Amino acid sequence: MPAIVVEDLRKAYRIAVRHKGAFAGLRSFLRPRWRTVDALAGVSFTLERGELVGYIGPNGAGKSTTVKLLSGILVPDGGRCEVLGHVPWKERVAYVRRIGVVFGQRTQLWWDLPARDSFDLLRDIYRVPPADYRRALDELVTTLDLAPLLDVPVRQLSLGQRMRCDLAAALVHAPDILFLDEPTIGLDAVSKLAVRRFIRRVNQERGLTVILTTHDMDDIESLCSRVLVLANGRLLSDGPLEALRAKVTHERWLIVDLADSAAELADPAAEVIRREGDRVTLRFDPAAVSTAELVGRVSARYPVRDLYVQNPPIEEIIARIYGDRGDEAGP
Amino acid sequence: MKPYLALFRARCRVLLQYRAAAVAGFGTQLLFGLVKMMVLEAFYTHARVEAPLTLAQAISYTWLAQAFFHLLPFSANPDPEVRDMIRTGHVAYEMTRPIDLHGLWWMRALASRTAPTLMRAVPMFLVAVPFLGLQAPASLPSALAFTVTILAAALLTSAFTTIITATLMWTVSGDGIARIMPSLVSVGAGLVVPLPLFPAWAQPILSALPFRGMADEPFRLYLGDLPPSAALPVLAKQLVWTAILVLIGRAIVASGRRRLVVQGG
Amino acid sequence: MNGLRLYFRFAALSLRAQAQYRVSFALWSVAQFIGVGVEFLAVWVLLDRFGAIRGWNLPELSILFAIVNIAFAVAESFGRGFDMFPGVVKNGDFDRLLLRPRSTAFQVSCREFQFLRVGRLLLGVVLFAWGAAHSSVAFGAAKLALLAGAVAGGACVFYGLFILQATMSFWTIESLEIINALTYGGTETAQYPLSFYRPWFRRFFTFVVPLAFVSYIPAGVLLGRDTTPALPEAARWCSPLVGVVFLAITLLIWRFGERRYVSTGS
Repeated sequence: MPAIVVEDLRKAYRIAVRHKGAFAGLRSFLRPRWRTVDALAGVSFTLERGELVGYIGPNGAGKSTTVKLLSGILVPDGGRCEVLGHVPWKERVAYVRRIGVVFGQRTQLWWDLPARDSFDLLRDIYRVPPADYRRALDELVTTLDLAPLLDVPVRQLSLGQRMRCDLAAALVHAPDILFLDEPTIGLDAVSKLAVRRFIRRVNQERGLTVILTTHDMDDIESLCSRVLVLANGRLLSDGPLEALRAKVTHERWLIVDLADSAAELADPAAEVIRREGDRVTLRFDPAAVSTAELVGRVSARYPVRDLYVQNPPIEEIIARIYGDRGDEAGP
Repeated sequence: MKPYLALFRARCRVLLQYRAAAVAGFGTQLLFGLVKMMVLEAFYTHARVEAPLTLAQAISYTWLAQAFFHLLPFSANPDPEVRDMIRTGHVAYEMTRPIDLHGLWWMRALASRTAPTLMRAVPMFLVAVPFLGLQAPASLPSALAFTVTILAAALLTSAFTTIITATLMWTVSGDGIARIMPSLVSVGAGLVVPLPLFPAWAQPILSALPFRGMADEPFRLYLGDLPPSAALPVLAKQLVWTAILVLIGRAIVASGRRRLVVQGG
Repeated sequence: MNGLRLYFRFAALSLRAQAQYRVSFALWSVAQFIGVGVEFLAVWVLLDRFGAIRGWNLPELSILFAIVNIAFAVAESFGRGFDMFPGVVKNGDFDRLLLRPRSTAFQVSCREFQFLRVGRLLLGVVLFAWGAAHSSVAFGAAKLALLAGAVAGGACVFYGLFILQATMSFWTIESLEIINALTYGGTETAQYPLSFYRPWFRRFFTFVVPLAFVSYIPAGVLLGRDTTPALPEAARWCSPLVGVVFLAITLLIWRFGERRYVSTGS
């Protein structure tokens, strides 16, 4: 039996439109006007137990709406959804016991208490049997290297340390599914690696089903065998990472800040896709010309003040999936 | 003079934006006024004792107190912005400017008293006069006497709250006497119970304090309980107290400045 | 861990954290003691001038005043979570509460406590002690039980008002301060005998916000006066239960608000 079944899930938000002009506030209060935004326009997919799936898309695509629906804190307008045999929003208390959720930008730990106290409180809130708790916590502390952090008040922890504690907190009650919403955002490189290593481990060793929402393609590359791409409330792509990878590794962007904004920049191996004042964005295929070679050539020939290389943003990838070149869409 | 007026006007403009809060507070004030009014009614109608104020006057007094509630320092933290400035040390920047710190704070306090009061007094009058028994002023001279003395009351009260704000230079945590003051001032000004109803032996004590001039005496001029001719002595007392409080305030600010400078804050 | 134990665990944690602020605690309490005391001063002044009022003398008024203020103090201390709730919705933390396998109202109630303001409680106790000593009431076991009930019931009503106010956050970002008027205004109202007020006012605070059942009516029973001929004696002894019912109703409204939040996605 699959862990998650989603069928034609739909959700629209009503946003109040403010009146303009005289007495705007009063009129908005007396005769409210609404605008409907389709956050999800019919999304369907199935997840088996033990899958580690990436869920990507531009901002406003409907990713957090999906996560909220799947975690039972939002009710859809239409469609069907079943997770571990539950309809999430219908049996909230029974259901949320079986899931763990980590929000990258909001901690669930108690700010003024040491991390250990937060774990203890969560044990009590989730009614975890003491023996299970002790075992789970020992394992989490070891795997995430939390021992030096346990007695430190959460507000004194660095972002990376807090994220590791949040990961532990989400797993204290041994859930079957883990939802991660941008877990590596804002973290330094070392912490990112630690987080990814941990996620891989709990997925492989415990068979924990993981849904990872992220903007970071490196997260996807290092963790996910399957990627769902969402845009404008619809699933654009659902398949193995290799398919997506092809788009990514065959394109890199080089952003150059010129010292002289009048200079013209051109290179046979790269295509200029954008020019803003003294900032030029070039697109190139790292299989055709190595990054080092291109950087060397550009630096030698042009008055370069600064430059950097990046993967194309997700918006670009998504645009590519459907063939529109999106040349105008810059970084 | 000009910069002070400019400060005053600017601050008023900021405060006048808080309309929603004013509306909300209005409801609370209305309820409190109703309660006090009915309690007074109960006492008056069931006791056969002569009182210094008639029931109608006492009720009007109560509504005046609700209308001008914001004139009084009912908070231990009259100017949160200044308090934060002191706390974070930003006040040091203020001190380097060629403006008189006490004067600046006094103008802010004056604006903080005036603007919110206007926003609440007007609707309160609109509701209380036709429906709730707030009488019109006893006579035209009484109305004039009231207007003059209530303006002086604003000056007096703001001079007082400036002292409270200034003491924050000493106890930055905002605790201390400042917390206790508002209640005592409320009593002394007549906001809890109309002062004329206090026992006879208490009257001289109450008159010796500056708080009477902040509300009670202007109100009684309005009601005619004090004849319009009493406006001058009332005004004189208000201004004398204002001067005293300003001097005290300036002294506190000056020594507070020295203290902060020494601390390097 | 069952709910009650968890609740007290949170309360203890909060108490420990707040107990560190000793100076604050003392000053706050003194300030509050005086602040509320000043209101009772009004009663004293009026009574001094007008004599006994509708048969209520100072000790009896003192007892009524005490009951209401102790109840409110208790509600204020334990209901702080709801008082601060608008902030929870605003910064999206309510989602986290929905993700935990407990009732959201329960979780909100555990979030914050305010133990620093014992001034009102202290004043209530002092006034009650004074009033009891100077009145002719004999406080036997039954009356003490009713007294405790009145305080508990009153705390329930005020707590319910806090919940109502917090529930507004499910609908609007602006907090409707008007409910503040009911909590503070309600205290102001109930601390005087309800017979003082005009009929429509009395009816509001009996049938809409049932403060009468947790202050005036039980006080009448305690003081041996016939405050409500319409209600049989036995019922009057049970009047504080109305407070509990009121609290239950506000919790139902909370659930309704939560359902709305979940359907509209805030």
